[in-house]
Amino acid sequence: MRARHSKPRPRRHATFASVLGELLLTAGVLIGGFVGWQLGFSDAIMGNQQQAAASEFAQSLGDEKVAEEGTELRTDEPPRETAVGALENYAVMYIPRFGDFQRTIGETTSPLVIDSLEQGLARYETGALAGELGNFAIAGHRNGLGGPFTELDQLRIGDRIYIKTPEAWYVYEFRNTEYVPPTQVDVVAPVPDMPELDADDRYITLTTCNPDWSPEGRLIAFGVFVGWQPIEDGMPVELAEALEGNA
Amino acid sequence: MYAGLWRIIPGPWFVKLFVFVVLFAAVVYVLFFHAYPWVMQTFFQTPDVTVGES
Repeated sequence: MRARHSKPRPRRHATFASVLGELLLTAGVLIGGFVGWQLGFSDAIMGNQQQAAASEFAQSLGDEKVAEEGTELRTDEPPRETAVGALENYAVMYIPRFGDFQRTIGETTSPLVIDSLEQGLARYETGALAGELGNFAIAGHRNGLGGPFTELDQLRIGDRIYIKTPEAWYVYEFRNTEYVPPTQVDVVAPVPDMPELDADDRYITLTTCNPDWSPEGRLIAFGVFVGWQPIEDGMPVELAEALEGNA
Repeated sequence: MYAGLWRIIPGPWFVKLFVFVVLFAAVVYVLFFHAYPWVMQTFFQTPDVTVGES
């Protein structure tokens, strides 16, 4: 029988090779960790930052109260929107299908807006403003840097898209998606896919990349305008209920 | 290197283990919330999401 503690393990000294080995192992773990983080955590972490920034900006846009029960959406001429300067915050988008989702829409489709952790969604400066006649077109990442449009392919017909600007709440309804090459600029035409026509109605178009993590194609979601509510009325009841249901 | 760190941390083995875990968690936090986001924004182009002529 050998006593268990009779022989203390000899203390090995660190050598150049052992330290180098441990450093290389560490580097491997860090790089592997980045890949895992990017695929599994990046959108949640960076998305939370965008969500928090959007929540703050939404509060600065106007009344935080919820509209009174029975407030109807108006379908008359919406207020005139004014465009903000390039890279500035313009509006906030809510899509209840994505859960508790709110993101700031910045002006112009610059990477500075799309990649921003304060914004994340970008308005095509060539398109219409919210509620305006024509096509209100917005781009956002599918994956990475918050990935606001990760679930863009999960929208169902009739899903509502809410836009809050300093003037009003605008409500759009999702119609259909389309998969197109990156050069298909007709999707953001005043009448989507019909560049030869003049604006005849109020559309919304959301563009993101497809497939996941790939620049090869684009996933496009189209919607139509259903109505608006002045900002003083407060948040549309339906949206407030949807957000509550998701929370 | 890591064996050296283990020796530097004072106390009995369970205190060492606790300090080790706390250090590890701190490193993971800095990586996840600060280092990795910076690396992603600085070195990795996420795919373009706009439609354009080019």
